[in-house]
Amino acid sequence: MTVPGGRLVATVKLSTDRDVARARQAVSRAFDDLKARAIRKTRFVTAVSEIARNAVTHGRGGEMSIFVHDRPPGVSVICSDNGPGIENTEQAMSDGFSTGRSMGKGLGGARRLADTFELVSSPGSGTVVRMSGTA
Amino acid sequence: MSNAVGIYAVEDVLLVSIKDDITDSDVIELQDGLSEEVVRTGARGVVIDISALDIVDTFVGRIFAQLSGVAKLLDAETYIVGMRPAVAMTLVELGMTLPESNMALSVSQALRRIRANRTR
Amino acid sequence: MPNRSDGKGLEIIEDDFDAVVNDWIEMQKDEGIQRTDLFSETEIHEQTRSFLRAFIHGIRAGGSVTDFSLEHKSWQELRDVLDDITRERIGRGVPAGEMAGFVLALKEPVFNRLREHYGKKVDTMLDEIVKFGSVVDELALFTNQQFIIEREQVIERQRDEMLELSTPVVELWERVLTIPLIGTLDSVRAQEVMENLLEAIVRHRAEVAIVDITGVQTVDTQVAQHLLRTAAAVRLMGAECIISGVSPKIAQTIVQLGVDVGDVTTRSSIRTALVHAFETVGYTITRRGGEAEQFV
Repeated sequence: MTVPGGRLVATVKLSTDRDVARARQAVSRAFDDLKARAIRKTRFVTAVSEIARNAVTHGRGGEMSIFVHDRPPGVSVICSDNGPGIENTEQAMSDGFSTGRSMGKGLGGARRLADTFELVSSPGSGTVVRMSGTA
Repeated sequence: MSNAVGIYAVEDVLLVSIKDDITDSDVIELQDGLSEEVVRTGARGVVIDISALDIVDTFVGRIFAQLSGVAKLLDAETYIVGMRPAVAMTLVELGMTLPESNMALSVSQALRRIRANRTR
Repeated sequence: MPNRSDGKGLEIIEDDFDAVVNDWIEMQKDEGIQRTDLFSETEIHEQTRSFLRAFIHGIRAGGSVTDFSLEHKSWQELRDVLDDITRERIGRGVPAGEMAGFVLALKEPVFNRLREHYGKKVDTMLDEIVKFGSVVDELALFTNQQFIIEREQVIERQRDEMLELSTPVVELWERVLTIPLIGTLDSVRAQEVMENLLEAIVRHRAEVAIVDITGVQTVDTQVAQHLLRTAAAVRLMGAECIISGVSPKIAQTIVQLGVDVGDVTTRSSIRTALVHAFETVGYTITRRGGEAEQFV
């Protein structure tokens, strides 16, 4: 999968919480390279952390590809998991919805923190999240 | 405990420093380890320094909120200190305002407040 | 060596360099886009010459006129020169249309020469004119795009400066800050206010931040939410936030809107807020002499 205008800078396998930290670090570095302001970086890396963790804990692991864009400067990610998929995606992204032990602010939070956010999922086919944040 | 977290006893206060590459399991370990440490040392206060953290997401935020609650039950006053502006703004955006946790600007401010409250 | 098969237009520019430069400049004059009010004759000459020189260098470096693509690495110098010229012109206030006109004015001098050279061989002449014309068009398009990009950056910069100017954080006392809000508080501005305030809190090690809304025109649900979020972020940093300048009317509005301010400290004036702030950081104000009447 490619993103128009973006350069693939890293692909991170997601199977443990160590990988979630790796995904955060890789995206952080991309923002540092773009000399982004702290608030832009923190917002987007937090969103990345939420969806990466989601892929590990609910999605039986997966993979995240990280792209850097120059015009306008920013970072986008595609995160796909091998999980059961989400039946009601709108419900899953509303604050307070939770299937596990979380408070259910993860997906909805990620959507608010990213500049663009797109989630494609259906039962049995895993979940793919694409999102981007300007630097 | 992994080296992403350090717990130091300074008189009757436990200082917790957290590095920026902390993982979810480190945070969970911290939660278990810290409450045991509070009981073992009889600490009256806990100061968690998060100034090294670029990111606090909903998972870590939730554990911080719980840490404060657990320490309170064990009669130790907990402060979370050194949150960066970008982290504070992001947490507010996430709707995680940690209403039950005490916050302070720096370790020394938190220590002053713990001392002041104890002599009251 | 330039690829001579790549077009007579190029050959003409090389062989007749000075004359083409002069004609091009004349052309700019005729079109009324030679800004002698903004640039000196020497500057105009220099820009025109460096442009043409970069064009020739591009061909030498292997750039093709037949399959012209400005993205090709051989045109790096030309892109840079165009970039510089565009930036300089924007800096002096040249409008977008004139920027493209500057480039397009190169057509006629070259076309005239092609016409002279080929005379009756109309087909070849037309070929050459089309070929050279499309190159110039692409260059004009490029300058136009550069122009827009540069403009956007200027606008962005000015917006940033304006936002910064409109949200000044003032240190009232050691560890006490205030940010007087004036006008409207939309979400962009609210974000800026929050960011400036939080960074100032770190810088000044402030314990109290007074957000004064005396100058805010209307407080609706959205503005109230922005203020409460700012207060929440200030608290997360370890400082206390006071919202001051809450007029009786605003207080009523807030209650009628059903906005829950939680435990955020509010005061009707910056003066009463300051008294509260002094208490927090450990000061009291007393009147000198006489009965030492307390203001608090």
